[in-house]
Amino acid sequence: MAQYALRRIFLGFLTAILVSIIVFVILRIAPGDVVDIILGGEDAFYSPETEELLREQLGLNRPLPVQYLDFMGDFFTLNWGESLVDSKEIWPQIKEKLPVTLELAGLTVFFAVFFGIPVGVLMALQQDSKLDYFLRIMSLGGLSIPSFWSGTIIILVGTMYFNWSPRLEYVSFFDDPMGNFVMFFWPAACNGWVSQATKARMMRSTMLEVLRQDYIRTAHAKGLRYAVVVYRHAMKNALLPVVTIIGITVALTIGGSVIMETVFMLPGMGSFMVYSLTRWDYPVVQTLVLFFSSWIVITNLLIDMSYGWLDPRVRYDS
Amino acid sequence: MATEQETPSAGALLGRRARDERSLVIRGLSTVKSFSKRKPLGAIGGFIILIMVLLAVFAPVIANDPMEWNLRDKFQSPNLEYWLGTNDVGQDLWAQIVYGAQISLYVGILSVAYGSGIGGIVGLVSAYYGGKTDVIIQRIMDAMMAIPTLVLALAIMAALGGSVNNVVIAIGAVQIPRANRIVRSQALAVRESEFALAARSIGATDMRIMFQHIMPQCVAPWLIIATAALGTAIISEASLSFLGMGVPPTTPTWGGMLSQRGREYFVLAPQMAIFPGIAISLAVYGFNLFGDAIRDVLDPRLRGS
Repeated sequence: MAQYALRRIFLGFLTAILVSIIVFVILRIAPGDVVDIILGGEDAFYSPETEELLREQLGLNRPLPVQYLDFMGDFFTLNWGESLVDSKEIWPQIKEKLPVTLELAGLTVFFAVFFGIPVGVLMALQQDSKLDYFLRIMSLGGLSIPSFWSGTIIILVGTMYFNWSPRLEYVSFFDDPMGNFVMFFWPAACNGWVSQATKARMMRSTMLEVLRQDYIRTAHAKGLRYAVVVYRHAMKNALLPVVTIIGITVALTIGGSVIMETVFMLPGMGSFMVYSLTRWDYPVVQTLVLFFSSWIVITNLLIDMSYGWLDPRVRYDS
Repeated sequence: MATEQETPSAGALLGRRARDERSLVIRGLSTVKSFSKRKPLGAIGGFIILIMVLLAVFAPVIANDPMEWNLRDKFQSPNLEYWLGTNDVGQDLWAQIVYGAQISLYVGILSVAYGSGIGGIVGLVSAYYGGKTDVIIQRIMDAMMAIPTLVLALAIMAALGGSVNNVVIAIGAVQIPRANRIVRSQALAVRESEFALAARSIGATDMRIMFQHIMPQCVAPWLIIATAALGTAIISEASLSFLGMGVPPTTPTWGGMLSQRGREYFVLAPQMAIFPGIAISLAVYGFNLFGDAIRDVLDPRLRGS
């Protein structure tokens, strides 16, 4: 077990390093240039000397491998530097925006699990009934309606009929719990609606598989109550693959926040990312992507570790 | 006699070909019929896709110029002249939706073909050679999977700049690791099969074994992944355009119609917000229904369930 854990941690670390190289390379082949932006856009007039000087100051004239090592060194020493565009320190900004994204992600996962799992179980128990068809059509609808559109429609209906629109300034949970909850409810519901669909579909198919097992028939045969068979024997065993999917959701909602934070104007990591991308702010984008990816790598690691605990059949040797 | 048998007359050849073609059409039609009987939802999906293709192909016939400004007719509600109304500069929303279907289909199909295609080949090669090649390729794929898909696509778009073909590249790249994973696991199993061994023992080259013997066995799982990716690709394209990092606004796209520029007018003219969203959802819904049915047909574990 310890050996397996060490191996997985090493692999996770390796993945993070590779991610940083991929991101670094992608952003360096960009035709857009932060120097242009700082000097006032592509049309602005400035001498080549000024440009050269600025490049030197920003360290952009050094060879790429040196720039890369420098960036990685800074990342691991938590010295994340500052934005090239507005010279704000990156770390304090992340510290301020991270709770927004985490709260959105947490609520999204809550919605997804709270609706997705019961719906999936219900579909499996009533397989091929009218209810099953209806719920399947609904949950596929969840996968098909883009969250930025459902978000837009919610805001539209709110403004047109209920005199409601998302607040422009962010309120923290500790200042105004109700106001904070109202801020996060709709964006989380939109993301959760998409996310519950994958949970429900997964739950339905694993549940169907489990319900056909011999031990379920045995449980019925020995006269156990229907609810006990469903809950204790079937659902518990069907949950394992779904736990993986939930873990992946936790990881993915972090990335999915990009859209919802833009639609609902939440000052989180996702909108920060879009803002920085449009300004070619390399240091911020690099740091954010690496941050997102480390988050995913760590979540995946935890999922793998949880298998042994959830399913005694899984052994980590070999 | 013998010579006549070997070289049948041209007329006979043509006749046979016509017969083959006719039977091909009939067989095709009966396949469609039995498919829609067994998978009614899948058939609905296929129907939606068909409509979308027809809209895209006949766009110049059934719609006006989508980019033309008719400032006198701005903010029109749906009416006989503008079927779905107009936007803040009087552009015909019906025309924009019809032309938007072209972009969605183009990006969706091309990005899946290239992304899942490359991913499949990478998975095949990785599984076949195994060892160090496999380890290195799979670590790179893991790294690509660890970047949130939209974030990766956004970063690629930032690097390449906004254009339709760059969107195809960005969205396709995101699909590579997933297709790789599915095809690799299938190819790993097939590699050990007896017919692969037989092919090797008669001296077939690596290329021949990989592409003629192993690849056909991997087509079904690949097709499942690819059809499932179509809907996601269309949503991704719309998301990128929505964020202003996709197809440039000079080309009408469904995501672009919902993006920042028009947002302040949505309350004044809700049709600007409603119709593009319905178009995206219906299209993706069609592809998802169709993909589900394809999966049910192709996945032997689900057969009969």
